[in-house]
Amino acid sequence: MEKNVIKKYFPIFVLPTLLAFTAFFIVPFLMGIGLSFTKFTVITNAKFVGFDNYIKAFTSDNEFLHALGFTSLFTVVSIITVNVFSFALALLLTRGIKGTNVFRSVFFMPNLIGGIVLGYIWNLLINGVLSKFDVDITFSAKYGFWGLVILTNWQLIGYMMVIYIAGLQNIPGDLIEAASIDGASPMTVLFKIKLPMVMPSITICTFLTLTNSFKMFDQNLALTAGAPERTTEMLALNIYNTFYGRIGWQGVGQAKAVVFFLIVALIAYIQLRLTNKKEVEQ
Amino acid sequence: MIERHKNLYTSIIFGLLCVLAALFLVPIALVFINSFKSRLYVSSAPFALPFGEMGVGLENYINGLTASGFLLSFCRSVFISVAGVLLIIVCTSMTAWYIVRVKGKLTQGLYYLFVFSMIVPFQMVMYTMAFVVNRMHFDNVVGIVFVYLGFGAGLAVFMFTGFIKSVPLEIEEAASIDGCNPLQTFFIVVFPMLKSTAITISILNAMWIWNDYLLPYLVLGTQKKTVPVAIQLAMQGAYGATDYGGFMAMLVLAIIPIIIFYIASQKYIIKGVIAGAVKG
Repeated sequence: MEKNVIKKYFPIFVLPTLLAFTAFFIVPFLMGIGLSFTKFTVITNAKFVGFDNYIKAFTSDNEFLHALGFTSLFTVVSIITVNVFSFALALLLTRGIKGTNVFRSVFFMPNLIGGIVLGYIWNLLINGVLSKFDVDITFSAKYGFWGLVILTNWQLIGYMMVIYIAGLQNIPGDLIEAASIDGASPMTVLFKIKLPMVMPSITICTFLTLTNSFKMFDQNLALTAGAPERTTEMLALNIYNTFYGRIGWQGVGQAKAVVFFLIVALIAYIQLRLTNKKEVEQ
Repeated sequence: MIERHKNLYTSIIFGLLCVLAALFLVPIALVFINSFKSRLYVSSAPFALPFGEMGVGLENYINGLTASGFLLSFCRSVFISVAGVLLIIVCTSMTAWYIVRVKGKLTQGLYYLFVFSMIVPFQMVMYTMAFVVNRMHFDNVVGIVFVYLGFGAGLAVFMFTGFIKSVPLEIEEAASIDGCNPLQTFFIVVFPMLKSTAITISILNAMWIWNDYLLPYLVLGTQKKTVPVAIQLAMQGAYGATDYGGFMAMLVLAIIPIIIFYIASQKYIIKGVIAGAVKG
């Protein structure tokens, strides 16, 4: 089809998407960057204050840095636990055992449930267990932290497992067979053949767990809402509370959001570089 | 000897997997069990079965559904999810086709903007987005569908573009020689070929919109609640006075559509959700 003929149809093909995208994403994004340098309570009364908000975000109290530390620690622990468990499950489910499909379906299911519902399900379960010891999840930040880790594992293990299964099934069978004939033990096969061969899957799963954990909001809100004393507040929730919980601090909230965006963008950039490099090497 | 050894090993793994699967289902089962229990026992004895004086039959469902207008929230969520998915599929597939077929600096730039939007966390734009939506009077059940088009465009355009690049041009040229205008060519010839990608994108967006909490909370507020908003408000609203029994019934009603959807189209869902792994 002639390119110029299609071009005439721009208003029908592109305009609806472009208008919605511009109004609800591009404009708010640009406004957000601008407003991070101003003080405002409603957007129309914004006053330019330079880098004040950014300085305030880090120095006026310990909240933001604490949330950053809590989120980072939580992310690291989640990456390790989720990947170890999901890889182990994938190994068990690629042995041709009967019922493999049913198991796969069961492990995958929690991934489809929304964050708010997930949070309250685990709130019920964890508080039910803790009530035997006369405490609840808001008793200590440690409980909230491990509660979030368990919840995240429950949500993500099945998902990562499916990616690992696909990776393991891509390993040529004769490679493992040849190694066994040469006398390699199952452990040697695992560490010298299976693990190196699924490296691309490991990269994908690591970054998926990383971004999922780092940006977590709904689960955090429903499980602990930051209690006790905002010690289990993660970055996204801290930004939300700065916006909607303190009058006159909207500018600081927006500055925190920009910092949050920059960190997430940096992670995405590193991921892109790593995966591109890997593809070239192969 | 070796064969028997292997059989034993397989049995042990099978047993282990059964235990793990049961553990995975405990949290969901727990909510189901508690939804049939009197509100007094939900927090005091969450692991007891709903028999004897604890059981209340369907009372929680009746209370939970009627008291807080949950049924209306449920219908609202269904409408927004269905309308949102349809609008995203139709609009973004057209946009993606245009981007691929009309190659140029403008369309290329547009494409990168869409891709860029995928990495921006929602917190970055939530406050200003709510302001814009409010000013444009899109803060209603129909308006939010267009907000979802704006936020869903990035991933959908990205995925459609990737697929359309592999669609051969010859078929479209044949259609245009036969007298089809671009609109006819797209809907009669191209769109049917996008079926598998469209299913994937529909699933991803349906799960996202159905489960989304913060966006509908900011756009629609506390009056026009969707299911996740209703759940959050039921818990947040009244300290101590929360009807835990009715709350459990709400959780069950939020999960049931997902489980039915999952059982009905499991193959597509796993494939689709994994394909969405590209989203940062």
